[in-house]
Amino acid sequence: MAEEVNIICTFCGSVCDDVQFDLEKFKGKKFCKLGSSKFSKKERIKAPMIDGKEVSYEEAIEKAAEILVNAKRPLLYGWASTVNEAIRLGVLLTEKVRGVYDQCASVCHAPGTLALIEEGVPGGSLGEIKNRADMVVFWGSNPMEAHPRHPVRYSVRAKGLLIKDRKDRKVVVVDVRKTKSANMADLFIQIKPGYDYPVLSALRAIIKGEEDAVPEEVGGVKKEQLKELAEMMKSAKYGAVLYGLGVTQSRGRDRNVENAIKLIQLLNRYTRWIIWPMRGHYNVVGAGEVPAWEAGYTYAIDFSRGYPRFSPGEFSANEILQRGDCDAALIIASDPAAHFPKVSVKHLKKIPVIQIDPFPNMTTLLSDVVIPSAVAGLEAEGTAYRMDGIPFRVKKIVDTEYWSDEKILELMLEKVNELQR
Amino acid sequence: MIEVEIISGRTLDQGATVEEKLTDEYFKAVNYCELSEEDFNALNLSEGDRVRVKTDFGEVVVYAVKNKDLKKGMAFIPMGPYANMVIDPNTDGTGMPQFKGIKGVVEKTEDKVLTVKELIEVI
Repeated sequence: MAEEVNIICTFCGSVCDDVQFDLEKFKGKKFCKLGSSKFSKKERIKAPMIDGKEVSYEEAIEKAAEILVNAKRPLLYGWASTVNEAIRLGVLLTEKVRGVYDQCASVCHAPGTLALIEEGVPGGSLGEIKNRADMVVFWGSNPMEAHPRHPVRYSVRAKGLLIKDRKDRKVVVVDVRKTKSANMADLFIQIKPGYDYPVLSALRAIIKGEEDAVPEEVGGVKKEQLKELAEMMKSAKYGAVLYGLGVTQSRGRDRNVENAIKLIQLLNRYTRWIIWPMRGHYNVVGAGEVPAWEAGYTYAIDFSRGYPRFSPGEFSANEILQRGDCDAALIIASDPAAHFPKVSVKHLKKIPVIQIDPFPNMTTLLSDVVIPSAVAGLEAEGTAYRMDGIPFRVKKIVDTEYWSDEKILELMLEKVNELQR
Repeated sequence: MIEVEIISGRTLDQGATVEEKLTDEYFKAVNYCELSEEDFNALNLSEGDRVRVKTDFGEVVVYAVKNKDLKKGMAFIPMGPYANMVIDPNTDGTGMPQFKGIKGVVEKTEDKVLTVKELIEVI
């Protein structure tokens, strides 16, 4: 009996749909290093726990429901590494307990969302990039380490309808350090940290024909090099700027992305260009899209008044934690104890924390209620959005005793309804 | 002591161990700071030495690693609990802390690198 099945990888935003898994050997095929480690045997949270003591799923979920109902303003955070069906229940749960919904994009690509609200987004799918893009600019993104198969499948070596060969495509990397991705570029432009905004402005000026306004050097880049890049961009037939956290997590944040979108708008007067974020977790798009279709916003949503309000300066997880503005937290499919600045973690240590996750992590160490879950794409099925918003059905190929996030949240919602009655 | 601008970010090893945070592999993937050859030599460091990284927002002891591709004055720490001890938590109203481009200083130290579990204790 053939033990090899086609599956969809649930690690990064590329959501590779051409990989195989050998059930007998419990090993993936065609995966990158990130996917291989995702689909390998590793330590799991053994059983549901309350204060370190093993309990049943029902007991842990009941305790979690109690914590959420008794809290004045719980924070429900994470969601990027689970499926849309679970996220949908999470948004309903947040509304029920009048809490705050926030998700991993808040420390990742959410500044791009703010820019998109201001400017709109001239975007395109990964398929279009593969088939059409004769120029790709990775700006503050390092696909060789964060999305290892993206270059091969879509953006660098990919062979498409109009792009037959690597030679048909110009690849540029703009970054503050010479990353592994810089080595695959035809042109690497190194800028000073925090100078994305002025470099983008300079490119806009040159493309608009106002190069006299540009000084000899901008953000550590010589004007000559900027002119070379501007000319390359203008003469491309179909270009794509694929930006990463180098843009969203450094000085300027959302304004950097806004300026980049303005550059793309300008380029579209001459030729065809798109811009798109290199989304990290496999369903971080869903963590934003699902609340958007349920509540109208993608992150930092407060339900304390009974209706949704969006304000990242107030309701994003880091703002709330740093102000000490939540008195309980449910953390799912994420690890803020490892990925938030220490002042935010400090407050997390003070309040009751419920964790839902397949694997023990730093948040487990400070959680009061720990609920292990099945790994989506391996032990549980559901829908996930690839980084370009294309939905994929991820599979269940292995049986498990662990409950899925969906099943856990379904019962939690039921218990909350009972307690609120 | 040298002045640096600190960048945090994904590495292949960090990504590959991110679901095994309590293992030695993850500890090794995130507990170091890359410095340029010039800065590394200026601090009189050899492989395996530790450095203390200090910013206005905190400090942390990590292993020092030489990266010849880094420019002088730049320090890279893989994203994770060690980097997050020193990054700028302020979001300027965007919800996003500044994880990249934080000014700080680096000095050689004999102090030990805390484990992931010890780190969460001291926060």
